Amino acid sequence: MNLVKKRKIKNAIALSASVFAAIVGLFWLVFILSSVLIKGASSINLSLFLNDPVPPGIPGGGLRCAFVGQAIITLIATLVGVPIGVLGGTFLAEYGRYKKYSGIISSLADMMTSFPSIVVGVFVYTVMVRPMGHFNGYAGAVALAIIMIPIIVRTTEETLKLIPWELREAAFALGAPYYRVIKDIVFRGAATGLFTGILLSVARVAVETAPLLFTSFNNSFLTLNPNQPMPSLTVTIYQYAMGPYEAWHRLAWGASFVIVLFVLVMSVFGRWIISKRYKNG
Amino acid sequence: MKERFYVKEGLFKSLSFASALIIVLICIAMFVVLFVFSYPAIKQFGVVHFILSDAWNPVRKVFGGAGAIYGTIVTTVLSLIFAVPVSLGIAVFITQICPHSLKRYFSNAIELLASIPSIIYGMWGLFTLAPLMRNYIEPFLQKIFLPIPVVRCLFEGTPLGIDLLTSGLVLSIMIIPFISSIARDTFELVPKELKESAYAMGATKWEMIKDVIFPYSKIGVLSGIIIATGRALGETMAVAFVLGNDHNIHLSLLKSSTTISVTLANEFTEADFSLYLSSLFYLAFILFIMSFTALGLAKFLLKRMKR
Repeated sequence: MNLVKKRKIKNAIALSASVFAAIVGLFWLVFILSSVLIKGASSINLSLFLNDPVPPGIPGGGLRCAFVGQAIITLIATLVGVPIGVLGGTFLAEYGRYKKYSGIISSLADMMTSFPSIVVGVFVYTVMVRPMGHFNGYAGAVALAIIMIPIIVRTTEETLKLIPWELREAAFALGAPYYRVIKDIVFRGAATGLFTGILLSVARVAVETAPLLFTSFNNSFLTLNPNQPMPSLTVTIYQYAMGPYEAWHRLAWGASFVIVLFVLVMSVFGRWIISKRYKNG
Repeated sequence: MKERFYVKEGLFKSLSFASALIIVLICIAMFVVLFVFSYPAIKQFGVVHFILSDAWNPVRKVFGGAGAIYGTIVTTVLSLIFAVPVSLGIAVFITQICPHSLKRYFSNAIELLASIPSIIYGMWGLFTLAPLMRNYIEPFLQKIFLPIPVVRCLFEGTPLGIDLLTSGLVLSIMIIPFISSIARDTFELVPKELKESAYAMGATKWEMIKDVIFPYSKIGVLSGIIIATGRALGETMAVAFVLGNDHNIHLSLLKSSTTISVTLANEFTEADFSLYLSSLFYLAFILFIMSFTALGLAKFLLKRMKR
């Protein structure tokens, strides 16, 4: 009887430790989100979006240039990264499905998704910034695209593999060439999944900081020319948060608020699309 | 008509093949570029000497990577010590304890931790966590551990909050979702029959978890831990805020330090002569090799498990 009791107590202790771990995980999430949202909300005002930075000491600065720069860099990165990523993933899932080397490429892409992003920054600095002679927005966009490509390759591959092979065979039987099958059958069937995957990948890469440090660098003036150093929200947060001025810290919190809100909305939206599709299918 | 199909087919196929090939090309190009640019430093300082020497002195033009490598390894190990038990507990909770209706929400909440950008972790670490560590947690730890003879050297010094301990804690929060989601997936692969036979023998839930689920899924969990290690090794922004930038090696966890990625973030744009820049490339090259090895090992284990 004594032994049974001992085992029951052990069981209770172990299970409550597991519940405790779960609470710890939730606690960190709530702690981080609430402190960013509370501190950030008080720094949000119109001038954050409408004004450019002013010298420390003068009230009323904003981060308009960083918002614009971030948008431009992300847009160029998306234009470069998404087509390459989707095509590469299509190759791995379709033409190269049973080839040995596509398994290797797929593993390599998987490894690259966890790769130190600062090393990508160093790499792009060497191949783009040095030859061009100055920091520029294109280099930042390429650095983000390099991080984006393996992520999108993997999501595309996984999504396309979910489409039943019989659908393709039905199209082949009608005499369609493979590229028509991919375009009209596979892509159409996987459209929602592809869109969500791409959306989440872009959202994830858009908030990276480390690869932009040595590529697009920073700039406190509004610029629409990607051939110049370009400000981005994340690098600006880094610079302002490490700086000594209270007003800078407030701007950094405001920018963090916007970024966290962006990430939250994106991931809730993505999951909503997936769950809706899941119910219909 | 038919010929046009052939042309388009060939075009599409070669385009998509080229896109897949870009992944390989980027990897090779990174390796070559990092190696070529770090070659002057490799020639100057050698491999073993660079890794073991902590002399990082741009003024005297002497560089050694030991300080940064030490900081990288210590923060990674600390983060694993904090994160592994919590992540396994979370995975056990999700698969065995959590009511079915809450399961999805809870998994999503934990995975949300992975989508918070690292710069936010850094901001939060610097302005929210570091003061708490400085004022409450680190003095408390010192009160407990300073009287103990050997352990005391880990907790010496003035608590500033900007140190190895805080960095390890922030990193651990970042890697919890990676370990716990892989652990959850492998726990769910355990065949129902095995669990039921354990229950039929009269095992308690914990005994079933300990003697059936853990042994069955150990390789999957291990590869999750290694992937998390790869992440922690290369994380930059979250650590850059709360680690300071000190190339000296201190045994105490309450001293500031630096990691390879933090050194790169802080000094890369300031390196003003070629040997300095080359030494930074050397560090980046070492980081590249370290994380490539870790991630490759994890991939290999996962592949073997699936077979």
